[in-house]
Amino acid sequence: MADGRTSTGSSGSRLLGVITLVGLASLLLFAFVLTEPDVRLHPTTGEKFGQFDAVRLIYLHVPMAVLTYAAFLTCAASSAFYLVRRGAWWDVTAHASAEVGTVFCGLVLVTGSIWGRPVWNTWWEWGDVRLMTTLVLFLLFTGYLALRRTAADPQRQARRAAAVALIAVLDIPLINRSVEWWENRTLHQQSTLAELKIEDLTLFTLMLGFLVFGLVFAWLMLHRFRVGWLEQAQARHDVTLAIAERQAEMETLDVGAAIGESGGEK
Amino acid sequence: MRELLIDARLIAIKDLRIEARSRVLLNQVAPFALLVLVLFGFALDADQRTLRSFAPGLFWVAVLLAALLAVQRSTSLERADDAQTGLRLSGMAPSSVFLGKAAAVFLQLAVLEVLLTIGIVVLYGSQVDDPVLLILTAATAAVAVAATGTLYGALASGLGARETLLPILLLPVLAPVLIGATRSFDDALGTAAVDGWAWLGLLAVFGLVATALGALAHGAMIEN
Repeated sequence: MADGRTSTGSSGSRLLGVITLVGLASLLLFAFVLTEPDVRLHPTTGEKFGQFDAVRLIYLHVPMAVLTYAAFLTCAASSAFYLVRRGAWWDVTAHASAEVGTVFCGLVLVTGSIWGRPVWNTWWEWGDVRLMTTLVLFLLFTGYLALRRTAADPQRQARRAAAVALIAVLDIPLINRSVEWWENRTLHQQSTLAELKIEDLTLFTLMLGFLVFGLVFAWLMLHRFRVGWLEQAQARHDVTLAIAERQAEMETLDVGAAIGESGGEK
Repeated sequence: MRELLIDARLIAIKDLRIEARSRVLLNQVAPFALLVLVLFGFALDADQRTLRSFAPGLFWVAVLLAALLAVQRSTSLERADDAQTGLRLSGMAPSSVFLGKAAAVFLQLAVLEVLLTIGIVVLYGSQVDDPVLLILTAATAAVAVAATGTLYGALASGLGARETLLPILLLPVLAPVLIGATRSFDDALGTAAVDGWAWLGLLAVFGLVATALGALAHGAMIEN
């Protein structure tokens, strides 16, 4: 590597990784074993209803959803700073947060869909505002990442990617508003969190979910940032190396020509 | 401000003159848009009742697909013979270049929308209940699409694989326009009981934001 590094890991990030793994194992234990399923009794008929075991996905889905929005906001803020200050640090942060955010966003859609099947009786609900907004957000940042993979001058690419990120985030309120007007309903608030009893162990597990996925997010960001930073250092190193090689080549040619000239005089 | 509009007019006339001479819109984009309407007919089993009720959505999907071609054409005009550099050297403000190019795309989209409206009336049996709302929606949505498309066209130019990049960048951003214009057309064509005028407001906000943002950011997009 350009600055002598051969890995994106450090003692600090390894420690963070171990803590994250332990946290993930604990979260899975609490979410899938220790907490109770959501079972409620109908006040008049006495019939059982609720989300049953599907509620366990909430402990993963909700923290990931919040972190998705945090990642995209980080991307937009870093992009704005990049456009103002033109520092490589901001550009790499924007790219890293967009990539991690897109992965989280994809997982939010998948876990939401798996959870929606037993609870809403459908894999997908077109009229749900948050679902649709999240999907469009996912598509917007898929475009952002596609732009990041194009072959172009790095600074030009960084500038345009920053513009795309800012427009994407600006577009979100309009998408949200339009979908809300479109069907004027959202299943999220009606049938899930508002009715769900979040207390004691359930609340603890949800908070643990936020903490653990926060750690996962930080660990991924750290490594993705280092990868991006090393990529930039490598590109700069390659250019410096190529210039040095061309200069050395030119010097050799000059010496050769000089020798040839003096040989002719003899 | 006056100078800005004069320059924008010059750019728009230049693009429209090239279009009048090359006739890409009339010979390629318009037939493509009509073809999309026909394909929807095949896909929906040529059931005119279904087609009539879905006509607003199908109309706007056709417009967006055709708009991609129009925007790509508009951007490619500046790439040929490095005309972009010539424009930058002309001393015109980037915002006037943006406004001119967006205006040219807008006029081309307006022509397409007229053709597509005739298309849905003839092929799908649609009836226009509120012509004023229909015209205003078509015009406002065309402004939004033209402004956003021109900005993203500039943004994708100069990057690798721009032809495939533009649709995935542009179409998700235009999601509110598709929803708003479809719902407004639902009202104008009488296919659903919605308040089309409220949707027209949303389209107007989108169009204004896109035009202002495009005029401000276009300079940064076309610089090397």
